[in-house]
Amino acid sequence: MSHSERRKPTPEELLRRVEAEESQQRRGRLKVFLGYASGVGKSFRMLDEGRRRKMRGQDVVVAAVQPVSSGPAAELLEAFEVVPAGAGLPGVALDLPAIRQRRPAICLIDGLAYRNPPGSLNERRWQDVENLLASGISVITTVNLQYIREKQPIVEAIRGKAVADSVPESFLLQADEIEVVDAPPESCDESGSLSGQLSALREIALVLAAEVVDAQLINYLKRHGIEQSYGTQERILVCITPRSNADLMIGSGRRQADRFHGDLFVAYVEQPDLSPADRATLDRNLATARQASAHLAILHGEDLVAAILRLAAQEGITQIFVGHSQRTGFWDRIRANPVERLILDSTGLDIRIFPQQPVP
Amino acid sequence: MPPIEPIRTEGRLKIVLGYAAGVGKTFRMLDEGQRLASAGHDVVIGYFEPHGRQDTIARTEGLETIPRRRIAYRERTFEEMDTDAILARHPEICLVDEFPHTNVPGSARAKRWEDVMALLAAGIDVLTTMNIQHLESLNDQVREISGVQVRETIPDWILKRADEIVLVDLTPGALLNRLDRGVVYAPAKAQLAKENFFKEPILAALREMALRQTAHEVDPRQSMDHERILIHVTHAPSAAGLIRRGRRVADYLHAECFAVCVPPEPGLNHLPAGEREALERHLDFARKLHIETRILDAGDPADALVAFARTNAITQIFLAKPKRPRFPPLSAGYQFVRKVIRLALDIQVTVVAERPPHAY
Repeated sequence: MSHSERRKPTPEELLRRVEAEESQQRRGRLKVFLGYASGVGKSFRMLDEGRRRKMRGQDVVVAAVQPVSSGPAAELLEAFEVVPAGAGLPGVALDLPAIRQRRPAICLIDGLAYRNPPGSLNERRWQDVENLLASGISVITTVNLQYIREKQPIVEAIRGKAVADSVPESFLLQADEIEVVDAPPESCDESGSLSGQLSALREIALVLAAEVVDAQLINYLKRHGIEQSYGTQERILVCITPRSNADLMIGSGRRQADRFHGDLFVAYVEQPDLSPADRATLDRNLATARQASAHLAILHGEDLVAAILRLAAQEGITQIFVGHSQRTGFWDRIRANPVERLILDSTGLDIRIFPQQPVP
Repeated sequence: MPPIEPIRTEGRLKIVLGYAAGVGKTFRMLDEGQRLASAGHDVVIGYFEPHGRQDTIARTEGLETIPRRRIAYRERTFEEMDTDAILARHPEICLVDEFPHTNVPGSARAKRWEDVMALLAAGIDVLTTMNIQHLESLNDQVREISGVQVRETIPDWILKRADEIVLVDLTPGALLNRLDRGVVYAPAKAQLAKENFFKEPILAALREMALRQTAHEVDPRQSMDHERILIHVTHAPSAAGLIRRGRRVADYLHAECFAVCVPPEPGLNHLPAGEREALERHLDFARKLHIETRILDAGDPADALVAFARTNAITQIFLAKPKRPRFPPLSAGYQFVRKVIRLALDIQVTVVAERPPHAY
């Protein structure tokens, strides 16, 4: 794998970078506190962050907060200027014109997934937040995992109940900052949930945050022209042929990727003159790979070991799964001991060798 | 008659996990201590590292502190947690900062985590703090990311032993702000930190590791794969990384983990002193990570290893990748790996390469 190679960026890349940075500067900044259940302390964290920023002289107002009557959050709330909710509408919606007129540097907005009352400018609160960001006001907000649209099927399967409101994950992924509000299950206000259910939700929230951090890290490295893999995530590449024990290898790869919350790639090597039987096996193997929602790659070229290692370097692979070299495999098309060459030529990753499918 | 549950006599261990100094672990620990004390529990501070942080120091107010023990070493006086005094005082809950700390020579126990084990054994609940980079199995990955070899480590089984883990999350941007404002360290130390560990991509990568590790620790899923991993231990320096890697994969797959070495002649006594020492150190290291170890009867190492794997229903053998030889057919290390792969036709073999540190 390449170590800290600083590639000179092309003029187009530089231009794109400058443009991206400029538009980032005009836009308000978005910070999200993510919790896996209610009662973990999201609102408190939001207000506490607002308090600290106010102490540092920043202009902070509250535009929406969950009703709190007592406790530390209520005490914190007293110190803030509040822009009241929009008048003339049933329910509680942000008063966008009033916020724009007040024009604070930072606006605290609880409950990102809130659905606005009918007749409001936007259907959802996250769209209001988007408008504020676009007009240069920074927002600190909170969201509960159960409202993130892409996570809803799995969250609902765990909780056994559905919620109506949602925020698209893409909105979270473009946040400048996301912080997890973590707490043990017993401190949540979810008396109806078992601790195993809450642990499963907690795991999903932590992994989601890790994915956002990963995306930001990659983005940072790109912006700074650093081509470097940090390898905090396990990324598994399974190389298959018609002769591979593909079910075992892909199944094992999927399971390991899941356990490590990593990513799975399946590569196959384009071969001419496949027998119809081999063609059918390969197609079946590829279907298995698709079913396991692996990223698929087709490799070409004379030197297949080099092609695999190139792909591994590109994708920051940490483990390569290959089948045993056998006379019957495609491997013997290359001069000598391709698995051994793979081991010798690779650096900084694991090679896991699987038994081949027994030859009938 | 149903079996009677034994009464739990050991204390509960709770770990507050972070990814760097200054994210707020100690504050969170003290905050929780205050909350427990005001709920009527008997809470004492066993060890607290103030780092001159005023708002953290303020959180100790009203909590009883057990004075540190003074230990003379090489004409200087050091202060350590006074475990005997805490045991004598026998509180219900003890707060212990900096879990991975190594005690000064002359202390009753080498590591603070061993002191904590003594408190737990006496039935005292412990609330403690640590950073992700001190987890033993992540040692190589942390070096790869940061270029820093962390010396003070916590074996992974202690995290498994913890009754609760809670993550303190903070974005690297916010942490770097804290560092700039002088909240984390005094100015000279802050500047030094920024030149080394406190760089945005390093912090982001460590944060991602902390999120993923916590997600893994709260994962309620149980294993259904019945994997059994066998690690081949030698005197070579690469063995330490191999043991960590094998342990980590075994933990994630909920697999059983074993380690063996195969000396060329019976016993270890005939080995050159340096080799024997290194080999014993590695076996000892494996045992510290709760890996069952065996010294196999002398013989051909590849034959002995695969035979042991087969009789013990091992599913995966872990080997260190040999250094790239100039002429592979003459390299003993390379021939060994090659022979194991060829013999282990029905067992998976994983060849683990060392992870080079990223320099920048």
